[in-house]
Amino acid sequence: MTIQFNDPDRPNSYIGKTVPRPNATKLVQGRGRYVDDIALPRMLHVAFARSPVAHAKIGEIDLDEAKAVKGVLRVFTGKDLAEVCTPWVAVLAHLKGLKSPPEHPLAVDRACWVGEPVVAVVATTRAAAEEAASLVMVDYEDLPAVTDTMTALDKDTPVIHPELGDNLAFRRLHEEGDVEGAMAQAHKVVSARFRTARHTGVTLEPRSILVDWNPAEGQMTAYHATQAPHMMQTVFAKHLDIPESRVRVICGDVGGSYGIKVHVYPDEVATAAIAKMMGRPIKFIADRLESYSTDIHARDHEIEAKIAVDKDGKILAIDVDDWTGIGPYSVYPRTSAIEGNQVVNLCGGPYDFANYRAQTTVVFQNKTPTCQYRAVGHPIAVAITEGLVDMAAAELGMDPVEIRRRNMYADDAYPVTSPAKMRFEGLSHHASMDKLIGMMDYDALRADQEDARKRGKYRGIGIASFIELTNPSPFMYGIGGARISAQDGCTVRMDPDGSVVALSGVTEQGQGTEAMLSQIVAEGVGVNPSQVRIVTGDTQVTPYGGGTWASRGAGIGGEAALQAARALRDSILEVAGAMLQADASTLDIRSGQVVDGDSGEERMPLEELGRIVYFRGDTLPKDLPRELVQTRHFITMEYPFAFTNGVQASYLEVDTDTGVVTLLNHWCVEDCGRVINPQLVDEQIRGGIVQGLGGALYEEIHYDAYGQLLNGSMADYLVPMAAEMPDMQIGHVETPTGESELGAKGAGEAGTAGAPAAVMNAINDALRPLGAQVTEMPFTPERILRALGKIED
Amino acid sequence: MKASAAGYARAENLRHAIEMLVASEGEGRVLAGGQSLVAAMNMRLSAGDLLVDISRLNELSGVSQEGDTVRIGALTRHAQVGADPIVRARVPLLAAAVAHIAHAAIRNRGTIGGALAHADPAAEFPACALALGAEIHVEGPEGDRSIPAEDFFEDVFTTALEEDEILTALSVPAAETGEVQLIEEVARRSGDYALAGLCLVRRAKGHRVALFSVGPKPILATGAMTALDAGDVDGAVAALTSEIDPPSDTQASAAYRRHLAGVLLRRAVARLEGDRT
Ligand SMILES: Cc1cc2nc3c(=O)[nH]c(=O)nc-3n(C[C@H](O)[C@H](O)[C@H](O)COP(=O)(O)OP(=O)(O)OC[C@H]3O[C@@H](n4cnc5c(N)ncnc54)[C@H](O)[C@@H]3O)c2cc1C
Repeated sequence: MTIQFNDPDRPNSYIGKTVPRPNATKLVQGRGRYVDDIALPRMLHVAFARSPVAHAKIGEIDLDEAKAVKGVLRVFTGKDLAEVCTPWVAVLAHLKGLKSPPEHPLAVDRACWVGEPVVAVVATTRAAAEEAASLVMVDYEDLPAVTDTMTALDKDTPVIHPELGDNLAFRRLHEEGDVEGAMAQAHKVVSARFRTARHTGVTLEPRSILVDWNPAEGQMTAYHATQAPHMMQTVFAKHLDIPESRVRVICGDVGGSYGIKVHVYPDEVATAAIAKMMGRPIKFIADRLESYSTDIHARDHEIEAKIAVDKDGKILAIDVDDWTGIGPYSVYPRTSAIEGNQVVNLCGGPYDFANYRAQTTVVFQNKTPTCQYRAVGHPIAVAITEGLVDMAAAELGMDPVEIRRRNMYADDAYPVTSPAKMRFEGLSHHASMDKLIGMMDYDALRADQEDARKRGKYRGIGIASFIELTNPSPFMYGIGGARISAQDGCTVRMDPDGSVVALSGVTEQGQGTEAMLSQIVAEGVGVNPSQVRIVTGDTQVTPYGGGTWASRGAGIGGEAALQAARALRDSILEVAGAMLQADASTLDIRSGQVVDGDSGEERMPLEELGRIVYFRGDTLPKDLPRELVQTRHFITMEYPFAFTNGVQASYLEVDTDTGVVTLLNHWCVEDCGRVINPQLVDEQIRGGIVQGLGGALYEEIHYDAYGQLLNGSMADYLVPMAAEMPDMQIGHVETPTGESELGAKGAGEAGTAGAPAAVMNAINDALRPLGAQVTEMPFTPERILRALGKIED
Repeated sequence: MKASAAGYARAENLRHAIEMLVASEGEGRVLAGGQSLVAAMNMRLSAGDLLVDISRLNELSGVSQEGDTVRIGALTRHAQVGADPIVRARVPLLAAAVAHIAHAAIRNRGTIGGALAHADPAAEFPACALALGAEIHVEGPEGDRSIPAEDFFEDVFTTALEEDEILTALSVPAAETGEVQLIEEVARRSGDYALAGLCLVRRAKGHRVALFSVGPKPILATGAMTALDAGDVDGAVAALTSEIDPPSDTQASAAYRRHLAGVLLRRAVARLEGDRT
């Protein structure tokens, strides 16, 4: 029996509705349990002495003063930890040529970025550990720092890792069709240089881990704020030489992740290694400065790009040359080449065109390592593509909506393969655009813009279509050899009173995973969501899974939950059939009652069935299966990724005297397939948009030429705040994926993917009458005034 | 990071506080609203201080008017300054400035005395004090003294306060009829320190212009004032941009700040003229 999703009156119709979040009460009452809330007996704290320089040979280390601090128990250097922890190398076989040197939990011979952990101090309090860490004396012999991306490969630039030969980590060129030929014959060719700034995720809860090693059991328990507990289990097991079955990673409440908490951090592995060496629980909670200098950074790209169009605005070719600097190491185990690779995969995404060339060049430098952060590569690819499309439209005197309509894949063109060789199962660019134009009342907005201009105000409208990669298969990491699971599992069981417990391999980071799972399980079994208890984030308890990343929780984890719930329903009905002497197929479960499928007449509460199965099983036929627990795993097979699509619009005003941008309104229509919980999806989109607006207007990590981090606090790394945020109106088109019964694709990153491009296009729309254009993010007041030629140096 | 203070004591009265400062031999540090000091301690930009907490000294809080002078106690919180009827009527500049300072939670704790003593070059109140021609009252082991705002601010985070002196109050001439007081600033986000800011006061005696976030301390733009007195706005903007030597940092370059100062002056003057009509 399949679920009639289109029938809102079907029984147990929780999928598609906004149901309360089961964990909201707990969090609002302050009863959540984050890693830092946990205190174990005999627990100690670790703090790290970190490199103050971007590149240096590590000479003498003098620990005497540090050891003398009251409360300090032990101090560890890189050499000490190297004895118990093997180094890692972050490469993937399918990213051909990607190279990276071995990385240790603490730097051994050389420090390669400001913030790299060098010495670990363990003490009875964090304050004592910090005090001692500040007294660690390391003789740093300065080495030249490589900080500029564009010159990293020049002959006279020093090579950071001489054993690797050069500073090139990875390069990929993709070519389709005849770009040169198309450019030569085009009606117009428009080129531009784009820049996206270095960002970081700024999670409210910093990175946190508490590791306990029980030598008597040979068991490690890590309480960890992570997106991927099973991946971390594998990492600890492998590098600390423990069987996976003896590593338990518990991930309780997490205060935001955005991709920051899906990577292997040297200080966290060091914490685990130290716990194992000392046989005591060790806690590490990053402070805000550590967050800025050691959480992964992202999006530091410089791009030259060109678009060729014919006189009707048809795109003939796109050519992209992308460069990014990733720090001194590729980050384990996902690697730091994925972002550049995504730029190559995603540019031109919404459009039906033939000739495409894109190259990404990924170089080493002496800055904090970069890796995957919410919407990996998308904001960059969308900015390039949508920036070029708008510039082409302006060049042709064509409306930006019109040029998109002329180039987007027709809604009935699917399945289709893009020039970047991405396979699209089913997208809805035109339907989404139509809906957006209606929601924003495009013509009225154009009239308002014109009216404002008469009053000397510069307002602009920016449109950005996009595609988003979700529900990844093993094509993303697994085929490259990484032990990162693309499948996910769920176990659903019925307890004697008829209530249901579901254990899932996907995790809750604050985004509402547990709400989504509870309503799927409720509908799948036939009980109220309040009767469902969701358990996530414990590798010893939940089925093996990949966790939360690449917008996979609902699409992959949700489908596993649905299948497990449906299987439990079938098991229950089989028992019920025997008890009621009815054919199981004539029965159904609704709101916790076994009912007659046709009439809806109540036949037996689940509570009664539970009582018989668990306490009076003697009364049931001997050979009757009675497993009121079912596990299902799900993996996508037909497409490497489930692409989603959408379109955003921004309306804003630029103050041409001060350069300040005021966001007036923002719209997004997106298609994530089946919407399981409208409110959660809308808030994911809004939260994502806000992160994208941060990239467009505020966020930028600054380094000086020597690799010193210049802004390591919330006072000078500006994140978007409520007062500056516009209203965000969200609409949906639903094109479910056929790979699953649920039909859900991901929605977590779409907002971030499209917002920066929408803002860039809106600013340039506002500035166009003044002949100015900006393409370097964030669009600070100063950059805007410089584009307007209003600042003399 | 964890803060490290060498000690903490709560003062029972002003004398007690001064005695503790004297006894600490230069290691003492006054704690008022804590909105700058505690942040600095938590980043270990300030460590090892002996904290002398004056926040409970009620005698240092509140607003009063004596004749043509409005006196504001050092411990008056930003939010109280903004809501006080005397301030709103007779020193509207200070009330208007409050809306630009930080966020509600910080305005509920931060004190005007703390803001003046801290002397952040990007802070609003020091520039307001300068534009208003305020007197700053301090008390030390030898008794009290008053320092004109023009002599009080010396450099980045540096004032004419001695180590064992406490800022007790600020007094400002109450606005005369027809006086106009305006503040203009541009910040990246609401509540952020300004990229540049400007206070403009027009009195019968003439204009006063003070700027913040354009140098190591708040600046009285005397050249611009003279030009404004002569009715020459372009001249005032030209004078202003040569009177300041703004810093460059990750938020904005000196050139941007200089440009902004001129824009702010023009905007303030436009508002003055709007007032006249
Ligand atoms: C996020 C954030 C944003 C902010 N934004 C702004 C802003 O936009 N504009 C702005 O102006 N300010 C801003 N502030 C600072 C805020 O206004 C502070 O409250 C103010 O600068 C200091 O006042 P306080 O009472 O908190 O002083 P404290 O932090 O207690 O003390 C600051 C310094 O002044 C000294 N001190 C305090 N009172 C006295 C006294 N009576 N006598 C002698 N010395 C004294 C202390 O010893 C210390 O050195 C911001 C603060 C934060 C945390």
